[in-house]
Amino acid sequence: MGNLHLETIESLQAKLREGACSSVEVVQDLLGAMEAVDGQVGAYLSVDAETALAEAAEADRRRADGKAGALNGVPVAIKDVLNVKGQPCTCGSKILEGFVSPYDATVVKRLREAGAVLLGRVNMDEFAMGSSTENSAFRTTRNPWDLSRVPGGSSGGSAAAVAAREAIASLGSDTGGSVRQPAAFCGCVGLKPSYGRVSRYGLTAYASSLDQVGPVTRTVSDAAALLQVLAGADPMDSTSVDAPVPDYREEIKLGMEGLTLGLPAEYFVEGTDPEVDAAVRAAVAQCEALGATVREVSLPHTPYAIAAYYIIATAEASANLARFDGVRYGRRVEGQDPIEMYGRTRAEGFGPEVKRRIVLGTYVLSSGYYDAYYLRAQKVRTLIRDDFAAAFGDCHALIAPVSPTVAYGVGEKTGDPLQMYLGDIFTVTANLAGLCGVALPCGFTAGGLPIGMQVLGPAFAEEQILRVAHAYEEATDWHTRRPALVEETVSSRQEG
Amino acid sequence: MASGFSEHADQIDVGYVAHLARLQLSEEERAAMQAQLEQILAYVDQLKEVDVSDVTPTAHAVPVANVLRPDEARPGLDTADVMRNAPRQRDDQFLVPKIVE
Repeated sequence: MGNLHLETIESLQAKLREGACSSVEVVQDLLGAMEAVDGQVGAYLSVDAETALAEAAEADRRRADGKAGALNGVPVAIKDVLNVKGQPCTCGSKILEGFVSPYDATVVKRLREAGAVLLGRVNMDEFAMGSSTENSAFRTTRNPWDLSRVPGGSSGGSAAAVAAREAIASLGSDTGGSVRQPAAFCGCVGLKPSYGRVSRYGLTAYASSLDQVGPVTRTVSDAAALLQVLAGADPMDSTSVDAPVPDYREEIKLGMEGLTLGLPAEYFVEGTDPEVDAAVRAAVAQCEALGATVREVSLPHTPYAIAAYYIIATAEASANLARFDGVRYGRRVEGQDPIEMYGRTRAEGFGPEVKRRIVLGTYVLSSGYYDAYYLRAQKVRTLIRDDFAAAFGDCHALIAPVSPTVAYGVGEKTGDPLQMYLGDIFTVTANLAGLCGVALPCGFTAGGLPIGMQVLGPAFAEEQILRVAHAYEEATDWHTRRPALVEETVSSRQEG
Repeated sequence: MASGFSEHADQIDVGYVAHLARLQLSEEERAAMQAQLEQILAYVDQLKEVDVSDVTPTAHAVPVANVLRPDEARPGLDTADVMRNAPRQRDDQFLVPKIVE
């Protein structure tokens, strides 16, 4: 048994092309890695090993027939919020326990068409509502760098699986930072594409004006390779945009020279962990040394972003989650009449954070409060967009921390929802403004926890932010570090 | 700071709003949520500081409107795949409690 679980998409593709390994062997190594570490990490909710091995064998046959696709034989883990035909899709919620997806999400279909192998389904905060994956109804996922800490969220399983080398890459979803923040907490690369760049058909909706599907990977080139397959208009999602899809894997190699990077003053403020602030500033200096021009910019409405976000996101969630009523799918608790049935079903099926957001969202949309909360938040959203538009007039991309903190302890923030929300301050803005953003490792704390920075770009400028991120990554080695838990696994597996 | 917003925050009736959302809450849940939502609403109160008098609201970030497709029949989801998820069903129809006496 080899150590193929340690490969990236890029290095794996080279091996598969040369015939140095088969896709079946890759899946076997990943299943072995899961067996070794997932009892501690808890990234996966369900793994259909038999189907994954069969898909891998199929990919190996395609390669032998000269029909290998762009991701042929590459295993990808899927956040439990995306539909894969014939598989569960719990969204981390008891209300969907036992549900079997009747169709493939478009992103899943595109992965299949490119020849990828679907590896398993990874944990998340219930309906993607949360920043630590502690809101999952099923299990606590732990940070592979320190098992007493959270992996971030809501795509905590996606990031933990990649960091723990139980997945080569994964898909997550990002409504207010849910791909970027867990990627940062776990030392991975996490990309939130621009609103409209990737189809959401088959993504269980949380907040429809904010949701995007994005990859979690070990390297920036791997993120580009996945985006290449995922991006593009889809007739099944009328919010997807028919904009040209550049050759991301080539564009990202253009280097830092000639780019102007903006530092938003409002993202370098008191309250951020000094080690995070210092690491991001050092990364900016490195970008400058690599040839970028750096200038300070201002996004003056940043302090209002959390308030606007939690009004808009919960309002949309309250409408989207109305579909979970016990009639057509999911759990049902019987009642005397439909009203009682709905109330009981939702009482038993939803967890505390989801209930809280449904009530808040219903309130801000209710008669008499709509103008004061929802409409006002939408207007503030316009001002936040305008801030970014002005900043991007002067620079190609912005650099900022992903989160004011590194990964915190399991249970540390669960008692105080507002404190949990405030941790999203640097990520929600990209969703409100429809921008793209990529999180990548830029250092470690003295205690050995990963620190992430994000590169934000204008809508549909993914090639620009990935170019900055790739040039930085090429000059650093943060992304090559592995959690101790993985090292133990590697050596014991070699001995075995 | 006295404002219309904090009055609103004080006024939230969690039991009533939960009923609108078809969500039964236990007494403990209602009380905990009342306190948490009052705190959250007090926080979002700060939006009142922003001058939004001449600002157009943003419903979503990409201005796409009136996306149309040809009005043609096409296959939907497989009935058996859909009905296997139904909590109660008969003859491929969803069964619910009686609505009209």
